[in-house]
Amino acid sequence: MGFLKITSPHGHGPLSTGKVMQTVLLATLPGVIAMTWFFGPGTLLNILFGGIVALGLEYCVMAVRKRDPLFYLRDFSVLVTSTLLCIALPPYAPWWLIVVGVASAVLLGKHVFGGLGYNPFNPAMVGYVVLLISFPLQMSTWASPRGLADVPGMSDALTALFANSQYDAVTMATPLDLMRQNTGLLVEDLYRQKAQFGQFAGVGWEWVNIGFLAGGLWLLYRRIFTWHAPMAMLAAIGLCAAAGFDGGSSNSGGSALFHWLSGATMFGAFFIITDPVSSAVSNRGRIIFGALIGVLIYIIRVTGNYPDAVAFAVLILNFAAPLIDQYTQPATYGHDRRDE
Amino acid sequence: MRTVYAIHGGIHPPEEKHLSHPGKVLDAGLPSELILPLSQHIGAPAEPIVNVGDKVKAGQLLAESQGAVSAAVHAPTSGTVTAIGMRPVPHPSGLENTCICLVPDGADEWITTRGVEDYRAESPQTLIQHIRDAGISGLGGAGFPTATKLLARDRCAIDTLIINGTECEPYITADDTLMQVAAEQIVAGAEIIAHILGASIILYGVEDNKPDALKAMQAAVAAQGDVGDREVMSFPTKYPSGGEKQLIEILTGKQVPSGGLPADVGIVCQNPGTAVAVRDAIIDGKPLTERLVTLTGRALGKPCNYRVRLGTPISHLLALSAFTPGSKQRLIHGGPMMGFALETGAVPVIKTTNCVLAPTHEELPAPPPAQACIRCGLCAEACPASLLPQQLYWYAKAKDQEQLEKHNLFDCIECGACSWVCPSTIPLVQYYRAAKSTIVEARQDKQRAERSQARFEARQERVEREAREREAKRAARKLAAQKKAESADAEDPVQAAIARAKARKESVVKSEDVS
Repeated sequence: MGFLKITSPHGHGPLSTGKVMQTVLLATLPGVIAMTWFFGPGTLLNILFGGIVALGLEYCVMAVRKRDPLFYLRDFSVLVTSTLLCIALPPYAPWWLIVVGVASAVLLGKHVFGGLGYNPFNPAMVGYVVLLISFPLQMSTWASPRGLADVPGMSDALTALFANSQYDAVTMATPLDLMRQNTGLLVEDLYRQKAQFGQFAGVGWEWVNIGFLAGGLWLLYRRIFTWHAPMAMLAAIGLCAAAGFDGGSSNSGGSALFHWLSGATMFGAFFIITDPVSSAVSNRGRIIFGALIGVLIYIIRVTGNYPDAVAFAVLILNFAAPLIDQYTQPATYGHDRRDE
Repeated sequence: MRTVYAIHGGIHPPEEKHLSHPGKVLDAGLPSELILPLSQHIGAPAEPIVNVGDKVKAGQLLAESQGAVSAAVHAPTSGTVTAIGMRPVPHPSGLENTCICLVPDGADEWITTRGVEDYRAESPQTLIQHIRDAGISGLGGAGFPTATKLLARDRCAIDTLIINGTECEPYITADDTLMQVAAEQIVAGAEIIAHILGASIILYGVEDNKPDALKAMQAAVAAQGDVGDREVMSFPTKYPSGGEKQLIEILTGKQVPSGGLPADVGIVCQNPGTAVAVRDAIIDGKPLTERLVTLTGRALGKPCNYRVRLGTPISHLLALSAFTPGSKQRLIHGGPMMGFALETGAVPVIKTTNCVLAPTHEELPAPPPAQACIRCGLCAEACPASLLPQQLYWYAKAKDQEQLEKHNLFDCIECGACSWVCPSTIPLVQYYRAAKSTIVEARQDKQRAERSQARFEARQERVEREAREREAKRAARKLAAQKKAESADAEDPVQAAIARAKARKESVVKSEDVS
């Protein structure tokens, strides 16, 4: 009788790549719910529409590359890419913006390099930066949060997405913009005078960030990634902010808490820089990777001209990841640690 | 109480130890034929000293060990040698190898054996010779000849003997069972080995998922009274804590240097089964002819531990344990993490057979096709050698030997933890095995190339030297001729011509004389 010949190990753990990706998708929920509460259903609609576009694109590309498309769709990776991109896009973006973004992410960010696992850059951030550079106006139009203006309903959102008309509801500068542009007010006064500032940071933004923090902590608990990169990034932002706080003067870059809970900080820390494909591989490498991203985010936020800095910081460090890997190989068992 | 040290990585696969009822031993009885491979160990195969048709008794030497790293083979029962030839053997390659076939006569008649009366009075060399004569090789898995391992005492000062009762592979309970039923013999064997090594410390390492074995070992060690520094250490269950290097770190905090042996840090590890075999060889004078084998898996109706004569066909054991093969049936020699798949049940139990695993397809399904590596790093977290398996995978695919060596591919112990956790079900270990053999081949090729280059250069040099010598000779002859000519020039040419003619005449006369 002939038995099946397979090499060891003969068992396999419970985790699969598809499950990892689904877990990540699930973990975006608290943040997405907070965004929907404060900014209306725009983001949710972005995610749904972007997801359909992404699945279609992935199917076509895989068919063109003569692979079984259904096998590759099952890893859910393209949905993660599109979802992360759509969370980063302004709510109530027109449909073509989303199509261009998702296509850039999936095609330019991933498939031109050989598909999942081969991309040197975070695909979602590639898509984001393509849009930010090409369509700066659409990309910097953020809706006003609940409490400062009326939140749009579903029909408004659908109109904004498909009717090809620029959504013209009340938009206003984000707290990050205000902090950067502030030249005359003490931080204290800024918080008091500008309605966009809430309890710790921006109205709405603080809760969005807390939502992504919660999802990220859950992923940490589920051991989907390690603490090294996110914690290093948050620590670096905190240190930079403390150094640049300047006693809350009109030159202040804002407090650590403000930076932690503003813009895409928590989303970036737990959902973007933890993309394993394009980050450094060793734990030590990930600490350096995360910390440098944190420093860059702070510098670009305080001195740059863009709405936020996470995408640029991540892409720049994606370039550096192989170099970081080169110098952070962990000490192997039986090798003198001083050798490394 | 010593400190237990933590090791990097490791995984917690389902243990499945209860299946085979650890602590209970059945006798496998006599099969109709025993098949004894000449290579049941690492090293040179043994050399047969019997012929087809010979009647042999149990315990009789059938094949002698050859060279420094080898182990002898003995008859597990009395009977007739019916063949010496190629048979399928348990090996990952699935190839055949030379075996001695023995048909038992049923009498199970032993040769007279005599042990050593007081091993403490014997020299280590004598005791090591006894162990070599008993054909003992490691019973834990690798099968390194025990006598050769004990010779480490001549090279390094050994202070610690570790008895490795970890048995971290899922399913296997042979060592667990042995520790429960033969703790005294294990301890007696360990004392003999420590005496040979000159080791003052004996540490028994047992994972905490074997409370009965732990109790039995503690009782047996305590029963000895105060004989020196002895400790039974329990530590958290984690695969692969039973890897030799891992266990050394857990129990002592020391790491074996890369490319080195445990002896380099003053440690020797032995399996409990090996300790019992050493005890039997020294105290009773009995060679190694049987071992405990776990038969387990859900394709077996009656999984259990069996006391099995070496050479017993695995099919005999499968029949005893009510094997009902399903579709896509797998038969694994060893555990699910590091064992290899057998193609046939006709292969025999050998000295390294600790387990035969017959899982159902639902129990251990064949891996689905591999997906893309997303560098999630779960493999790096699981790697007990602190390697970066995901990097090794990319370099192995790129055939980048320089980076593979820089990332310490050869420190990989092939435990399979990385493959187990890989969410994309990439057969990582398989890539490392292939890369290792490619690099070893390349090294050998390089050596061969260097040798032939050296030969070529030596030849080139010789040819040039000979040419130089010929040239020098020619030059010397030319010079001599010139000199002669010059000296001749100095004389009167007429006189010279007369002299030459004279000389010619004389030589002619001389040659006539001779004829």
